[in-house]
Amino acid sequence: MAALVARAQEGDDRAFEELVTATHVETYTLARRLTGNDDDARDVVQDAYLRAYRSIGRFRGEARFSTWLYRITANCASTHMGRGRRHRHDELRDDLVVVDTRPDLDPGAHADAADLRDRVSAALEELPPKLRAVVVLRDIYDMSHDAIAAELGISTSAAKVRLHRARRRLKERMFPARGDGQGIEPGDEGVE
Amino acid sequence: MTATCVDLGDQLVAAASDPWALDRAARGHVERCLRCQADLVQHRRVLRALQSLRTEVLEPAPGLVAEILTHVEEAGERQAIRSLLTGRRAAYIGGLAAATAAAGAAGVIVLASRTRHRRLPLAG
Repeated sequence: MAALVARAQEGDDRAFEELVTATHVETYTLARRLTGNDDDARDVVQDAYLRAYRSIGRFRGEARFSTWLYRITANCASTHMGRGRRHRHDELRDDLVVVDTRPDLDPGAHADAADLRDRVSAALEELPPKLRAVVVLRDIYDMSHDAIAAELGISTSAAKVRLHRARRRLKERMFPARGDGQGIEPGDEGVE
Repeated sequence: MTATCVDLGDQLVAAASDPWALDRAARGHVERCLRCQADLVQHRRVLRALQSLRTEVLEPAPGLVAEILTHVEEAGERQAIRSLLTGRRAAYIGGLAAATAAAGAAGVIVLASRTRHRRLPLAG
């Protein structure tokens, strides 16, 4: 990857093409999670690579290339969603191919984990884009609060507040409250 | 829900990723409150589920690489055309300015020579 980046920085378009081929699925995955739909994700990915192409000379290699690309993608997604052109919240399409690259788990745990992943994916789709962006970048892509704030054009404290709200909404969505909302302490059971 | 449960709501969210987010009093409450314990477990499960998405990729429909490269190429061409037009515009404006200056200079020369012609009889 580093060699490809170096060649692309020297103006080798073929190397840049290879970089696109090697990284586009992960970039698309991030864009898809940030935008919530395929059409916007494809637009965001195209803009992200165009920006990467124009500024690859400024990539100094302090971070991994993929991390650099994620930040560009997050920024493009923020710009794209900010335009307010197509704020759709489509459900995950049935024909969307999901590939699990994790090592095999035992079937029971795998089924449980898969179920949980499906539920959290669905819950993510329901979040407003601003909350979704922060939780995706922080909890899935492990970006720092400062980096998230910089790419989304918000303050660090605003990023933290949004993360908090997003996590809370996800939990409420995945585990809806069933009881009457009363705290239960040992010995309280059945007490009116 | 007790007042403490309500107060703990935000801390429980933070505690899912940071065990030290709960202060001593909050920890004491959670150790006794089954609802808060359940909430904390659920927050942790949400976090684990989110983290598990990191290794999952969503395959785009075929053709995305071609779309990206076309987009980059078209933008490059647009930029080239724009800079070409900018260059031509600069040359046109430069030419216009030079022509204006030349015309001005010619006008000055004509005026000066006419003035000289008019003065000649007077001098004689």
